[in-house]
Amino acid sequence: MSNLDINRVLAELQAQYGEEVKLLGEGAQAALIAPTTYIVEILGLLKTKESYQFNMLRNLTAVDYLEYMEFVYHLYSLPLRQAITVKTRCGMEDAEVPSVTALWPSANFQEREIYDLLGVKFIGHPDLRRILMPEEFTEHPLRKTYKAHNTGEKTW
Amino acid sequence: MVKTETYTLNMGPQHPSTHGVLQVVLELDGELVIQAVPHMGYLHRGIEKLAESRTYAQFIPYTDRLDYVSSMGNNWGYCQTVEKLMGITVPERAEYLRIIMTELNRIASHLIFMGSLAIDLGASTGMMFGFRSRERILDLFDMACGARQTYSYIRFGGVSADIPPEFIPELERFLADFPAMLAEYHELLTGNEILYHRLKGTGVISGQRALEIGLTGPALRASGVAYDIRKVEPYGIYDHFDFSVPLGQVGDCWDRYIVRMEEMKQSASIARQALDQMPEGQVMAKIPKVIKPPVGDVYHSIENPRGELGFYIVSDGSTKPYRLHVRRPSFINLQVLNETCQGLLIGDVVAVLATLDSLMGEVDC
Repeated sequence: MSNLDINRVLAELQAQYGEEVKLLGEGAQAALIAPTTYIVEILGLLKTKESYQFNMLRNLTAVDYLEYMEFVYHLYSLPLRQAITVKTRCGMEDAEVPSVTALWPSANFQEREIYDLLGVKFIGHPDLRRILMPEEFTEHPLRKTYKAHNTGEKTW
Repeated sequence: MVKTETYTLNMGPQHPSTHGVLQVVLELDGELVIQAVPHMGYLHRGIEKLAESRTYAQFIPYTDRLDYVSSMGNNWGYCQTVEKLMGITVPERAEYLRIIMTELNRIASHLIFMGSLAIDLGASTGMMFGFRSRERILDLFDMACGARQTYSYIRFGGVSADIPPEFIPELERFLADFPAMLAEYHELLTGNEILYHRLKGTGVISGQRALEIGLTGPALRASGVAYDIRKVEPYGIYDHFDFSVPLGQVGDCWDRYIVRMEEMKQSASIARQALDQMPEGQVMAKIPKVIKPPVGDVYHSIENPRGELGFYIVSDGSTKPYRLHVRRPSFINLQVLNETCQGLLIGDVVAVLATLDSLMGEVDC
C-alpha cells in the first residue's frame, strides 16, 4: 500500500498555495482538497515533482452533493508506488472546472462521461461531447435532481 | 487526373467483431484508416444511477452484468470495497476460495479473448477450442454457486457457500489437463503463420503512450509496463503466492496476445497453489444483517482480466450508496483505439479491437 505521508504533501502545498488547500478524512479516506482555480497547477505539480511522480490518473469521477459538485482524482505513482486522492468542488449553477486532459490524456473519456451524466463543463477539453447518452438527450441522469423513472413505452 | 476522397464507413453497432454493440465510425482512404472513432452507449443501463436506489447487497448482481465474462472479479472488487469501508475481515478459507474462483475466471475470460481473436481473424476453429475449455471452468462455477455466468458468489464477508465435495477432484482434473490444452492452443494459434503475420507489428502502442492514455491490464503490460495490482498493491492474500507478471516488449497486437496466453499459465499456477494451501474453516464472516457502512468515501481497485477495475463508493450512512462509480477498464482502454488504428488497413482494426479486448457490458456501465 501507499507509504506516502499525506501531511507532508499538505504542508508543502499549503506553503505554496495557502490555507485553502485542506485535508479531508483520514486513513484510507484521506484526501486533499483544493480550490478549482489552482487544481490544474497542483495536479501538475503532483505529476511532475521528483518526490511525487504521480504519473497515472487511475480514476476521475464527480459526486453531486446538491449544494456543490465534488470532483475526485485518484492518482497513482508507478515509480514510487504511492497513491493520493485529490478533490475539488464547484457550484451547481453553471458548473465548470478546468480539464486535466493536458496532464493525463486518459482523462478524456472520463471527463466526457462526467459531462454527459452530471452536466459539468470541462474548460479546455478537446472534444466535449456526450459519450453514453444519445446526443439529443437534454438532461444529466446522475444528478440527484434527476429522478429515474420508467420510460413507460410499453404497458402490458 | 484521378480525383480521390475519403469516405465514411460504419462498423457496428451490429458487427460480430466489435464484441457487443460498439460502433466504430471509420474514415477511410481506400483501405487505409484515417480515423476510427468509437461511439458507445448502446448498452448503457445506468447502473451507477440504479445503485443509488438499491441496497448494498442488492447491487451485487448488477456487478455480474458489467464485465459479464469475468463476473467473479466484479463481485470481488465491489464486495472488497464495501468491506474496506466497513472494516470487515474475511475468513481465510473464503480468501482462498475467492482467489481460486477469480483466477479460474481470468482463464475463462482469456480463453474467450483467444477464441474471439481467432474467429475475428478468420480462424473459426480457435473459437471452438477456447469455448470447449471454458466450459470445464463454467461447470466448476456451476457446482460452486449454481450459475454459469452471473455468479454473485462473492458476498460481503466471504462467499455465498462452501464448495461441494466433488469440486476439488474436478478442479484437480482441470488443472492437470490445462497445460496440455494450452500447448494445443499454442500449436494451433501461436504457431500459425497467418495469425503471426496479422498480429506482429500491427497496432503498436509504446509503453509511455499506454501509460498516458490510461491503459491497464494485459494491454498495458504488453507495452512493457509492469503494473499489475496483484503485485503493486496486493489485495486479498495475493502476497502469499508466487507468480510472475508476463510483459511484452513492443506493445503490438502479438504481444497483447502472448501476454494473455502467459497470464493463463500464471493463473493456473496461482489456483494450484491456493488449492494446496487452502485451510478448512468458515467461509463467511459475522456481518451485520443490514449493511450500513459509516459515512465516508473509498476507492478500491483490483486486477480484472481487462485491467484495473475500481469502485468508488460514497456512503451517507444509510442502507443505499449515495454515489457509486465504477472505473471500468474496457471503457478507458477504448481511448487508445483511434490513434492505434490510424494508418492501418481496415482489416487490422478488427485485430486491434480484439486484442484490446474491450467488453461492451463494461464500457456502457
